[in-house]
Amino acid sequence: MDEGNGCCFSILASKFTVTFVTISLTLILIRVLYVIYRSGKPLFRSKAPRALRTLIVLGSGGHTAEMLNLLSVLQKERFSPRFYVAAATDNMSLQKARTLETSLADETGVKVEETAQFMQIYRSREVGQSYLTSVWTTLIATAHALWIMFKIRPQVILCNGPGTCFPLCAIAFFFKVVGIRWSSIFYVESIARVRRLSLSGLLLYKLQIADQFFVQWPQLQGQYPRAHYVGCLM
Amino acid sequence: MGDTEDGVKPKRTVFVTVGTRSFDALVRAVDTQEVKDELLKRGYTHLIIQMGRGSYTPTKSGGEGGSLAVDFFTFSSSIADHLRSASLVISHAGSGSIFETLRLGKPLIVVVNEDLMDNHQSELAEELAERKHLYCARPQTLNQTIASMNLESLLPYHPGDTSPVTKLINTFLGFPDDP
Repeated sequence: MDEGNGCCFSILASKFTVTFVTISLTLILIRVLYVIYRSGKPLFRSKAPRALRTLIVLGSGGHTAEMLNLLSVLQKERFSPRFYVAAATDNMSLQKARTLETSLADETGVKVEETAQFMQIYRSREVGQSYLTSVWTTLIATAHALWIMFKIRPQVILCNGPGTCFPLCAIAFFFKVVGIRWSSIFYVESIARVRRLSLSGLLLYKLQIADQFFVQWPQLQGQYPRAHYVGCLM
Repeated sequence: MGDTEDGVKPKRTVFVTVGTRSFDALVRAVDTQEVKDELLKRGYTHLIIQMGRGSYTPTKSGGEGGSLAVDFFTFSSSIADHLRSASLVISHAGSGSIFETLRLGKPLIVVVNEDLMDNHQSELAEELAERKHLYCARPQTLNQTIASMNLESLLPYHPGDTSPVTKLINTFLGFPDDP
């Protein structure tokens, strides 16, 4: 008897669990699809925003030069405050960003501390590291990135392809799904990519995490029709 | 171009840069007699090598007897000055280095590092070489490139226009067109 009852109960319980899990997964899926659908669309606002919290992901060497070059032509008062993030192994990039911000501060008279912050993050993949070990390092980088992203909660993300940008953008997407913060992710594929996207670029394009995806060479736009071809930015 | 007879050759420097990492194959290539001979034939008098973290040390030379003067260093904060005073730049394929040189209007040979795992760097150098902004070489073909290059045929590089991308970003975020 007891056994039979228990059996019935466990069948009921497992049925309930299955239903519950199915419904939850369906709701999550619907939310994810909605976020993907909404992501690529411009933000129609009743009035123009004043200033947006902006995360700028820097990479080594060429990536940083390209990003700072783009940043120099954006209207800084619209993208403020600015949070610069670079890999922990990369001291040069934040130094360059600081130089740019200091010269801006000299022009506007607003202190650097009020408009810009500089942070370091563990890198998901070193140049030359194998893709296999980079799975593990990516996990560590993701945990650290979660913490940093929670502190920044950016409204705009500008990135151009260093390994560090994928975890940050994936977290931003997660924040959108969960409802912590809606952000617009702009991805500019590096000028060094002429015929093939970088791994970060490919992931952000295929998973539709980037709201707007820019490429600098016409060959890439042919292969990736959702990308905007904007010409060489250097 | 230079006056090779009486030793009053104008100073013409070749600057070699490997960037922030190492590129021994390039340093080794420019240190070979073949490459130095080709550079001398082309009227260059000085060779300065930024060798980065590489372990191969080139041989210094004071340039006695009409030979090529060779000097090297690992890193420097004044790379821009070296680029500016060079008559020819031989660079690794990093985009930072490439565009810095092109913007200065210096003749450039980019040498692609074939040892990098994910060798996407050759893409940019090959594309810009196709558009005649620079020459693209491999360490083992550098001497042939120097021998056969025609710097007059290179086209100046004009920096790209950033307004389309800024307009797209601003419109997307709901900012008005005019600042």
